[in-house]
Amino acid sequence: MSMPFYVAPEQWMKDKADFARKGIARGRALAALTYADGILICAENSSATLRKVSEIYDRIAFAGAGKYNEYDRLRIAGVRHADLKGYSFSREDVDAQSLANAYAQMLGDVFTHEAKPMEVEIVVAEVGADPSDDRLFHILYDGTVVDEHGFTVLGGEADAIGARLKDTYTAGQPLDAALQAAVGALAGSERQLTAKGLEVAVLSRGNGRRAFRRLTDDEVASALGGAAVAPEPQADVAPATSTAEEAAAAGDADQSAEGADPAPDGNGATGEDPDGDMPTGDSDS
Amino acid sequence: MPEPVASGAMTLPTFRADDDPGPSFLDVLRRAGGEPRWGDLPRGIAPHEFTHGTTVVAIRYADGVVMAGDRRATSGNLISHRTMEKVFPADRHSGVAIAGAAGPAIEMVKLFQLQLEHYEKVEGGQLSLEGKANQLGQMVRQHLPAAMQGFVVVPLFAGYDVRRGTGRLFEYDVTGGRYEESDFAATGSGSLHAGTVIKIGFRTGLDRSDAVDLAINSLFQAADEDSATGGPDLVRGIYPVIATITADGFDRLADAEIAERFRALVDRLSPPGSTTTTGISPTTRGGSIR
Repeated sequence: MSMPFYVAPEQWMKDKADFARKGIARGRALAALTYADGILICAENSSATLRKVSEIYDRIAFAGAGKYNEYDRLRIAGVRHADLKGYSFSREDVDAQSLANAYAQMLGDVFTHEAKPMEVEIVVAEVGADPSDDRLFHILYDGTVVDEHGFTVLGGEADAIGARLKDTYTAGQPLDAALQAAVGALAGSERQLTAKGLEVAVLSRGNGRRAFRRLTDDEVASALGGAAVAPEPQADVAPATSTAEEAAAAGDADQSAEGADPAPDGNGATGEDPDGDMPTGDSDS
Repeated sequence: MPEPVASGAMTLPTFRADDDPGPSFLDVLRRAGGEPRWGDLPRGIAPHEFTHGTTVVAIRYADGVVMAGDRRATSGNLISHRTMEKVFPADRHSGVAIAGAAGPAIEMVKLFQLQLEHYEKVEGGQLSLEGKANQLGQMVRQHLPAAMQGFVVVPLFAGYDVRRGTGRLFEYDVTGGRYEESDFAATGSGSLHAGTVIKIGFRTGLDRSDAVDLAINSLFQAADEDSATGGPDLVRGIYPVIATITADGFDRLADAEIAERFRALVDRLSPPGSTTTTGISPTTRGGSIR
């Protein structure tokens, strides 16, 4: 019988992180960014049925990059979490931050305790009543939560795409311009992406109780139609750091899974009547 | 009785692949220990002093279905609520109307709405209209133990079948029996009278205006004969909830339109020279006064 080798925890974690990063880098990228009327999520996805971007709740959307079966499992768990929470409390008590924390706990647990970490990174987006209430939580394979401002990129070549998007993104631009910026950044200077190869959805403030809406290929094509998709070539691309390191270096609000504060900051409670089409439980409502 | 969800709300509910509840919210809720346990009620016949909702109707017309329900809720001989709503959207292309014990009925509607939305989100597509009708039937059947003790809930389900391009409506009995009706359906204490009025006035291919007027007339006559059904409350400006469900979705009519139609009905029913006058309702818009 052979003795197990001793592996230093640092090495063990690093190997796991490298493994997860490699798996994620194999997947095609997606970008989530705020625009004038909400949040746009644009993914490179040639499948018309296997979704990367989905609705979680009234004002919350989910997008995943990496291994499909793993992020789809997270998506369904998120829908269940949100629906259970909305049922036991109220629809307006369901917010992206507590969902992001729950995801972080789960990804952190899997990363620490399981033999194989999940090869996924996900974004949880929430549209607020006001642009300043929009939320983008980027959650990494190890449970690191990054509270992003403006935009975030997930998946393969995320750093290069993020650098390109940084140049074309401006806060509060209309949907067409935001979509052109996202697609241009995803494509880079050497490729053209068409509506067929894209999966695009928005969380729109003007869409009623359920803010989530998918854009059809025709809508995407017409939004892209006017402008050239290829962006200006970049002089040099940002150094290849991992998104986690980059975020930490940039001093963003970086929460470890264990240190995550579960207290909701109330950003989900907009006080708005969610269309008034759900019975509140009071028979005289 | 419904209990707060003890667990599952704050952590991510995950299941083994061979033990997954699938797209059913009710199953997820059961695993979390939060589903209403109507079967666990204490034995014995319930007293009648809990809230009852009364008359709801659904009528098929050319573009889809119109659903309507009065606003009264009663507890025994007392009126407990004047503004109760009994017609709800189930999802974009269907609606559910309830009669019977108000508490469990509203809980059932809430769960039914969640069940449909949960399925849509998890599966990425909607159930067929028939599938939705069957889901509601299963929920009514699960409620049978409570119905046996007096907490009867009998819903109506109606919707626009986008795959067949037509309006369809379904009645239920307390056992969860599901009966598709071709023209109209009524349930609740005033349903006998409301149903008769609709039966006499119904024609195939009614237009929207005639279908809405027929629904209004049926509720007016039901309120005339049944003390538990509320008529239009001109003093407080409370009118039945009426909604149309068509290819464009569920659309609740504005109170102003319903008030206008009720006034026309009362004027039509009043004998010439009678002292009955509806006057000008506060809901009349400036545009109609010349």
